[in-house]
Amino acid sequence: MSALFDLPVIWYGLVGVLLIGYAFLDGFDLGVGALHLFTRKDEHRRLMLNSIGPVWDGNEVWLVTGGGALFAAFPEVYATVFSGFYLAMILLLFALIFRAVAIEFRSKQTMAWWRRMWDVSFGVASVLCSLLLGVAFGNIVWGIPLDAQREFTGTFWSLLNPFALGVGVTTVALFMMHGAIYTVLKNEGELQAVARGWVNNTIIFFVICYGITTMATLVYVPHMVRHIQAYPVLFVLPLLTMLAIANIPREIHHGRDFAAFLSSGAAIAGLMSLVGIGMFPYLVLARPDPSLSLTVYNAASSPKTLTIMLIIAAIGVPLVLAYTSSIYYIFRGKTKLDPMSY
Amino acid sequence: MIDRTLSIGERATPEIKPSRNGLRLAVLRAFLASVLALLVRFPFALLFLEGVELLPPQWDGGPGLCHLPSCRTGADEVLSARRWHPAMDPVFLSRVQFGLTIAFHYIYPPLSIGLGGMLVIMESLYVKTRNPLYQQLTRFWVRIFALTFALGVASGVVMEFQFGTNWAMYSRFVGDVFGSALAAEGIFAFFLESGFLALLLFGWDKLGPRMHLFSTTMVALGAHFSAIWIVVADSWMQTPAGFHVVEAALRRRAEITDFWAVVFNPSSVVRLAHTLVGAWSAAAFFVLSVSAYYLLKRRHQEFARASMQIALIVALVASLGSLVTGHSSGLVVAQHQPAKLAAMEAHFPAAAPAGMYLFGWVKEDEQRVIGSSIPGMLSLLARGDASAPVTGLSAFPPQDRPPVQPVFQSFHAMVAIGMALIALALLGAIFLWWLGTLHQTRWLLWLFVFAVAGPQLANQLGWFTAEVGRQPWIVYGVMRTTEGLSRAVTAGQVLGSLVLFTLIYLLLFVLFIFLLDQKIRHGPLADDLEVAYRRR
Repeated sequence: MSALFDLPVIWYGLVGVLLIGYAFLDGFDLGVGALHLFTRKDEHRRLMLNSIGPVWDGNEVWLVTGGGALFAAFPEVYATVFSGFYLAMILLLFALIFRAVAIEFRSKQTMAWWRRMWDVSFGVASVLCSLLLGVAFGNIVWGIPLDAQREFTGTFWSLLNPFALGVGVTTVALFMMHGAIYTVLKNEGELQAVARGWVNNTIIFFVICYGITTMATLVYVPHMVRHIQAYPVLFVLPLLTMLAIANIPREIHHGRDFAAFLSSGAAIAGLMSLVGIGMFPYLVLARPDPSLSLTVYNAASSPKTLTIMLIIAAIGVPLVLAYTSSIYYIFRGKTKLDPMSY
Repeated sequence: MIDRTLSIGERATPEIKPSRNGLRLAVLRAFLASVLALLVRFPFALLFLEGVELLPPQWDGGPGLCHLPSCRTGADEVLSARRWHPAMDPVFLSRVQFGLTIAFHYIYPPLSIGLGGMLVIMESLYVKTRNPLYQQLTRFWVRIFALTFALGVASGVVMEFQFGTNWAMYSRFVGDVFGSALAAEGIFAFFLESGFLALLLFGWDKLGPRMHLFSTTMVALGAHFSAIWIVVADSWMQTPAGFHVVEAALRRRAEITDFWAVVFNPSSVVRLAHTLVGAWSAAAFFVLSVSAYYLLKRRHQEFARASMQIALIVALVASLGSLVTGHSSGLVVAQHQPAKLAAMEAHFPAAAPAGMYLFGWVKEDEQRVIGSSIPGMLSLLARGDASAPVTGLSAFPPQDRPPVQPVFQSFHAMVAIGMALIALALLGAIFLWWLGTLHQTRWLLWLFVFAVAGPQLANQLGWFTAEVGRQPWIVYGVMRTTEGLSRAVTAGQVLGSLVLFTLIYLLLFVLFIFLLDQKIRHGPLADDLEVAYRRR
């Protein structure tokens, strides 16, 4: 167990925490983006946009910081994945740019064509972001072709294998479910009633995707469960994840929207932890020859850097958590449109 | 986001003539439609460009370090031996892409940094005096700030990712040192900025004036912190320190030995100071430009006078500060990057006293400059003695020399603009505080309207001087730019992404100018004078 106190292992965990934080937080605003095209009313769209208005930018910072942490702690992984997935990364950047400006620009003009253009941009970019992040994750789980120099030898098309696409669609479904619950939580009246319908549909959509992806994982990528086979106590985690997912419709049914939102967040955290445990100690699995893989050890920065980064994180993270939570607290309650809104 | 007139709709926009605005909108719509149509189709073409190798397969990645036509070094033979156009080299394309994305991004952060600081001044004045005019100032400039910030965020994500996408070998080599600075930027700067931005923009009625001022201050601090970390990272590439190169199992890499030596590497403090005053100057001249425009149009005069007064003080301090920090920065370059200094002044003799050109054109073949210079000036500035020798380009083997003409020209243009800005700020100060006639001096106000471009250009040119002057190195003296390129990426891919970025940035820039123009035409609102903060 001493391996758990290794610096690279700690950083494997911390990068994981950053990515979970990203999925939990940006997950709902990506979901809101994907869902807002399902309502045609300008007022509803504005309410949805404003429910994420004050927080989406901070949520995206989790991705940027996750990228920075990956660069600092595992430069080989950062380099291999980002250059290997070149076109996918460019499309992701493209989507992130359009999301950001769509939110900002939409309310600046009242013309119908103007708003429609930014609504479509926001919706499509949100779905594309979720899908690409999911596909990237799927490929890392599935394994990607690497050479001895740790360079990706596949093509963009080889990233679009059925398993990775399945994970991508599951991610879209998960974020849509998360976003639908957030919309219920942050709104009232007519929009809330509409969003309750979305919650039901997205839960069904997600559970189907989740079931298929889980089966595909068990059948085609059995290496993901070898740690759970070896340490049966870890089975608690998939169990808890499933309970969290099952708890979502229950809480919604009882009208406890915040509990449902937390459950859906717990499901995200559980699923991502399962991926993290399943992958360990691999960060990027090489296929077909696993000996070329990037692991926690052969891809890490020097212990000195990892220690410095740990100090930076120890100073920075409590501060970030403190003011992020106060900001969520200040903006608590139902979204109201006022003259300052988007 | 705060345009109440637009969101609610019933408050018309009296100051925009509907007929002219209609034409503007129609042109904009046609432009957006065509660029978006291209953008939607282009990613599909991109997928097929992936396999395209624009260079002959036997090309080994080096040493084609020099691609600009004006750059004449030993790499020329290699380039001309190729069957393909040298511009289709992935190193060249990646450099262009990096330059393009950074240059576009760098339009916005200086405005956010400087405006952020000026917002703190304006809101502090309100909190101290409770004069509604200062609240109006704050609220108007926050709207402009929000727009520049959004563009900065949108174009900034690209920065963090493209070290990995295009410069993977560089990332592998420097990640241990360079990555920490980027991670620290995320933790200490971006979270602070984005978190408190929410309160700055949407928290007016949720906070009292003091807490709101605190949020404004935190946003401004966050913007400054982000400048600190990125300039530290970039300065480490200019004057690397606090590391050693280690032979790892697969390849060499730089590892950190002393974190504080990395942070306080020889050039980081002076370059940071120069960058920050440049940013303040950009924002100050921006505010001056809009205020001068209002005064010329005789609109919002009280507002414009107050804005102008604050901005003129900042502009004066920042433009003089640019001179001081620029000089210190030059001394560090002279000491640590002699080849860059030699290129900045196109000084060829290996060791001879050097003058400083006011302007000129470099004849690289003949190793001389046509132009007029102050003899001994560079020696005096760099060495403290007009007859002291300065290391020239001949002291470096051809493959270690930066391209001379671009560095020389951008450096001199930057200096010229900087001097003009100082003169303009001084003129403004004389007319405002001594003669007291600035508001009626129309020619000077018109100069201020157009001076907004000055600091922006100077910032871009200064950055260009610094980074092109560092060539052919990606980490000065340690790693060559050609060695830093991603190996898994083909020229076709980079060409595709470059076209994509160019289109997107063109679109964003046009939209930025359009929305900025609309906001300026709307001007400050009467409502901005009513108390906006939460009342007890």
